[in-house]
Amino acid sequence: MLRMWRVGLFSVLTLAAAPAHAFIAYVSNEKSNTVSVIDTDSWTVTKTIRVGQRPRGIDFTRDGKFVMVAVGDDDTIQVIDAKTQTVVDSLPSGPDPELFAQDAAGKILYVANENDNTVTVIDLEKRARLGDIQVGVEPEGMTISPDGKTLINTSETTNMAHFIDTSSRQIVANVLVDARPRFAEFKHDSSEVWVSSEIGGTVSIIDPRKHEVIGKVTFEIPGLRKEAIQPVGIGMTRDDKTAFIALGPANRIAVVDVATRKVTKYLLVGQRVWHMAFTPDEKYLLTTNGVSNDVSVIDVAAQKVIKTIQVGELPWGVTIAP
Amino acid sequence: MIRWLAGLIGFGLAATSALAAEPALIGVGYLGVAATRSTLSLVEQPAENDGVAGARLAIEDNNTTGKFTGQRFSLEERRIKEGEDVAQAATALAEKNGFIIADLPADALLKVADALRERGTLLFNAGAIDERLREADCRANVIHTAPTRAMLADALGQYLVWKKWSRWLLVVGSHDEDKLFADALRRTATRFGAKIVQERTFEDKGGARRTDSGVTLIQRQMPVFTQQAPAYDVLVVADESEVFGGYLPYRTWDPRPVAGSAGLVPRSWDAAQDQWGAIQMQNRFFKLNSRRMTALDMQAWTAVRMIGEATSRTNSGDVRKVTDFIEGPDFSVAAFKGTRLTLRDWNLQLRQPILLVDGRMVISVSPQEGFLHQVSELDTLGYDRPESKCKLK
Repeated sequence: MLRMWRVGLFSVLTLAAAPAHAFIAYVSNEKSNTVSVIDTDSWTVTKTIRVGQRPRGIDFTRDGKFVMVAVGDDDTIQVIDAKTQTVVDSLPSGPDPELFAQDAAGKILYVANENDNTVTVIDLEKRARLGDIQVGVEPEGMTISPDGKTLINTSETTNMAHFIDTSSRQIVANVLVDARPRFAEFKHDSSEVWVSSEIGGTVSIIDPRKHEVIGKVTFEIPGLRKEAIQPVGIGMTRDDKTAFIALGPANRIAVVDVATRKVTKYLLVGQRVWHMAFTPDEKYLLTTNGVSNDVSVIDVAAQKVIKTIQVGELPWGVTIAP
Repeated sequence: MIRWLAGLIGFGLAATSALAAEPALIGVGYLGVAATRSTLSLVEQPAENDGVAGARLAIEDNNTTGKFTGQRFSLEERRIKEGEDVAQAATALAEKNGFIIADLPADALLKVADALRERGTLLFNAGAIDERLREADCRANVIHTAPTRAMLADALGQYLVWKKWSRWLLVVGSHDEDKLFADALRRTATRFGAKIVQERTFEDKGGARRTDSGVTLIQRQMPVFTQQAPAYDVLVVADESEVFGGYLPYRTWDPRPVAGSAGLVPRSWDAAQDQWGAIQMQNRFFKLNSRRMTALDMQAWTAVRMIGEATSRTNSGDVRKVTDFIEGPDFSVAAFKGTRLTLRDWNLQLRQPILLVDGRMVISVSPQEGFLHQVSELDTLGYDRPESKCKLK
């Protein structure tokens, strides 16, 4: 009897864990010191996980088993087990980690440490620190080229994108961009890197072979002063046709035609929109809206905001299970 | 002989290529006065390196960037003693430094500006908040990173009006600067629709700021000084001289908040400011200087960062080129205030948000919501282009 009950419970759990087309999103709430777990089927918060202080950068491990979240004020990256949805471990990240990037194999993690102008290299399996790379003042944005050979780090006060050779861990080029570069994103075909400048109000497009700025995306919203347009997060569709750019206190996501580098549409989302993540099927894009404490859900094909979900205070980053 | 000559030429070439690999040196001078002022509150007593400590941090920040751009920044500090010729000291400092950060009283700053005009040295006024330096006495070779009294007064006034504390009891000290700040506050009240219900003057009769039983006496004086006032919402105090302002909070006859030179104070920066990534800079500053960062530190930091921003963008340490870029339409600098800072091209004043602080927390940041402007909301603070009397030359 007991056994039967157990089997029954097990099958219910299994069913609940794998409904069709539902994904699980994790949102870091910078002020609440929590991570909100969102079910993309019901679009509801299913769990709120207590984490360390000031959670910001957040990403799934490549195998989808763990979520890493940088808790800057605790000088570490915490590891959440996606199955139990509890914090199970932490990584030796160096002081004040904010954003990080992992290589394609999911073995090496590169962490931007804002407080000491370095990028820390971590072996994810051994959970050990492999070394540091000296970069500019206040390193922030981090991304790796699709071939894994180049790491891009942006430094906010130096105003540069540093191109780092991942095998030698040496800087090979520095590209000056507009003020306070926050985020970098490669096109999937590796032909361009897009870097957002929060204070400069632009997105610089860099040729990663020539290390030159080859174009800029600019923004103009009628009735809104220029200073309020502060681009941060960037999301690019897999076909490299459309880019979505979060404009911070402009409370909008710019939809950009990648080929012409022109904004085709502005989508009104919540207040102070920072970062975003696509669902793996690329049907939806989730954005974190810091000041209104919510997440907007964008229907990617329709380019429309379809839903708003309340999360914790000052939602910052978002990642979705692969 | 020919061989010797060839050898010399060869040596010359080698020396040139060695020089080319050397970073470009960019000299920045810091000119201040040797004396520090006294404050009512012991915790606000400025450190000896107030201001220059901010410049030093910005030199470090610029040098981190300079590693990638082949530029190296140095800082040379000079403090003027009482009775010393400031123009002479500035000229000596300008020998090696194309840029000078000045923390000087208005008259001394004007002497320096005029003495250095022919040399082409670019001056940054990091200390003086006097309106006249941006108005009738403005100079084409002086950029102002310090805000003005009118900017500070407007920043405070916008908040008070937003809060609907629009009836002000204005209390003014008896020194010249106090009167200037009071002028600015009166202008603010007129602009934003606040009403000064009454003005009172607090005479400075001399006396020590620190005594062993001061509190007992002050506790009796301040309520008496503020009694029988017409109905008011907030006491606004103009006491830049630090004679009595700090005594007013919690001691007014009527239970009213205090703002201005004490209580809620408008400042370009504060040790408590941690928004917009400022925490990183506050940490860097503390690590370097073992103390917290003041408004003067920030004004000096911003000046040196403006130089660094322009040298990296122009890829040059040439003073003329850098000056043209800073004064040009494409210049802006990020300074942890949530928005880019730009120059008012009519008087070279840096536009900037102003923090309203109480000594422990940042209470608000102006411009306030709803104060609109056709060019930049930052121009709702201080004198705007149409009002300006400045003719740059």
